[in-house]
Amino acid sequence: MSNQANTLFDKVWDAHVVRKIADGPDVFFIDRHFIHEVTSPVAFLGLESRNIGVMYPERTFATADHNTPTINQHLPVADPLSANQLKALETNSLKYGISHWGLGHARNGIVHVVGPENGITLPGMTIVCGDSHTSTHGAFGAIAFGIGTSEVEMVLSSQCIMQPKPKKMRVNVVGELGKGVTPKDVTLYIISKLTTAGATGYFVEYAGEVFEKMSMEGRMTVCNMSIEMGARGGMIAPDETTFAYINGRDQAPKGEKWDKALAYWKTLKTDEGAVFDKEYTFDAADIEPMITYGTNPGMGQGISRNIPTSEQVEGGKSTYDKSLAYMGFHENESMLGKKIDYVFIGSCTNGRIEDFRAFASIVKGRKKADNVTAWVVPGSHIVEAQIKEEGILDILTEAGFELRQPGCSACLAMNDDKIPAGKYAVSTSNRNFEGRQGPGARTLLASPLVAAAAAVTGVVTDPRDLL
Amino acid sequence: MAYDKFTLLRSTAVPLPIENVDTDQIIPARFLKATKREGFGDNLFRDWRYNGDNTPKADFVLNNPIYKGKILVGGHNFGSGSSREHAAWAIYDYGFRCVVSSFFADIFKGNSLNIGILPVQVSPEFLDKIFLAIEADPNAEFEVNLEKQTITIVSSGESESFDINGYKKHNMINGFDDIDYLQAMKGEIKEFEAERIY
Repeated sequence: MSNQANTLFDKVWDAHVVRKIADGPDVFFIDRHFIHEVTSPVAFLGLESRNIGVMYPERTFATADHNTPTINQHLPVADPLSANQLKALETNSLKYGISHWGLGHARNGIVHVVGPENGITLPGMTIVCGDSHTSTHGAFGAIAFGIGTSEVEMVLSSQCIMQPKPKKMRVNVVGELGKGVTPKDVTLYIISKLTTAGATGYFVEYAGEVFEKMSMEGRMTVCNMSIEMGARGGMIAPDETTFAYINGRDQAPKGEKWDKALAYWKTLKTDEGAVFDKEYTFDAADIEPMITYGTNPGMGQGISRNIPTSEQVEGGKSTYDKSLAYMGFHENESMLGKKIDYVFIGSCTNGRIEDFRAFASIVKGRKKADNVTAWVVPGSHIVEAQIKEEGILDILTEAGFELRQPGCSACLAMNDDKIPAGKYAVSTSNRNFEGRQGPGARTLLASPLVAAAAAVTGVVTDPRDLL
Repeated sequence: MAYDKFTLLRSTAVPLPIENVDTDQIIPARFLKATKREGFGDNLFRDWRYNGDNTPKADFVLNNPIYKGKILVGGHNFGSGSSREHAAWAIYDYGFRCVVSSFFADIFKGNSLNIGILPVQVSPEFLDKIFLAIEADPNAEFEVNLEKQTITIVSSGESESFDINGYKKHNMINGFDDIDYLQAMKGEIKEFEAERIY
């Protein structure tokens, strides 16, 4: 293999194959395993029924996020089913010696936010979690992807899963992003071009100037949404930006270990001449602030455009009509000026400090619109502390917003944060599926800037008009 | 989890000709709060199947008694979105053993194979033929032969072959799962682990 030009993906993948099975999947070694309360309890039951243990408990990290309330976290969780799942996570972690950041722990938060911010996520690793947005960690040049509960059980019991190697795709975005265009817009744009199935079967590497200049937080937003175009995951080659982000974080390597790791990380890039199974190139200048109008993340467009007609989109007309009917929208309408009811800033896509800085940049000196209920939810306690320290909380409070406590919140609405049926929410999360944010909820996915512009005007607004 | 062996399935089918059926539709997030794998079939397609007051929606296919069987036939890009295995559990628990589509999302496909549901990917043309056959006769039978990797419309005899990884096929035919395999190679995994830089 050494004489051959390899992709970043090949380098990391091939380094983790324990055994190749003829006409079968690879036995694939996992460096880091994240678990949360929803997709792990049945896996632990499986271990018990087979009477086997956890092979490397130090490689698994547990955090509570999906079911957690975002107010009064000091009180017992009211929903007995949620409380039961949280308790199961705690009990199982304790029983098997897995480190557990439960509700109230200083490092608790959304799994894909706390991994990177605590230096648990590192370049060249393989990382899995029973959550499709595990692709977030690819921002560090790791192979990271979501798995099912059967696979959670596999990792707990053997630190491996059985995985056929995906094909490789490279998505290049060249040039410079315009004013008010954020990483969220970049990813919504790519998904709108490739569709929700466009990258199924592939692992994506993002390359080009736009990603080279992007912050780690922005890269995480992009990799986070790779799953929304069907990709198993997305990754970006680690560089000085990556190393600077990791250096000094709580669990990051230090001293000699840092030097050794850094030397390895610098080899993690796609070689000149390496071949991808598919490659796309987009021009940054074509990307506007984006918004979705339909019921999957691929149904998005530049905010100033009109909703396409069924003739302009791929796929069946009946499916398209069903989608617009659910949203209460019509073909060829403008999105600008549409009245909204809720705004949600948070989630593993946009719940990091940079997202709240962006949100506050528009909110500053303005007031929350009266018709809008806003849920401002940090991705972790560390982000919450940063929001307070940096004076962002003051800006939000003066404008009439309240800060809630960390968790997945309205992204999937497993807790009480549900958008009521028929109401419109501009959401910085990752999915606008029917009922995703509550039964009957209507979700418009957008960047923190678009969310802020909607929060202060009460309608869909181009954030460039407010910058 | 052990599952039933899968060799040959002959059954009527339930048509769901909608594209991009995501796992949030198959099982909405609010039904993921159990700590045991049971009862998920009751909430399969919950929000498409029931009104807000829990009365069945007459126009949804699972509420139409003329459609039944162990085969669910979905539109293109079936199972996109969340990785929740609960979606596959709900389909299995409801009684389906096979899902047919012209395209499956990766994680859903993997989850299905891991719990004993066979995802059969056919060409868009053959998928249309299946939908037409069900439309013409709700009692139309289909035969899925895992050994031969074929799906057949019994009435017309039209058949198409489908792909499946050889290892997974062997597992499904024998009702084996991956954990048995991995447990048997722990020594090799230990040696591998010892060489990791982190």
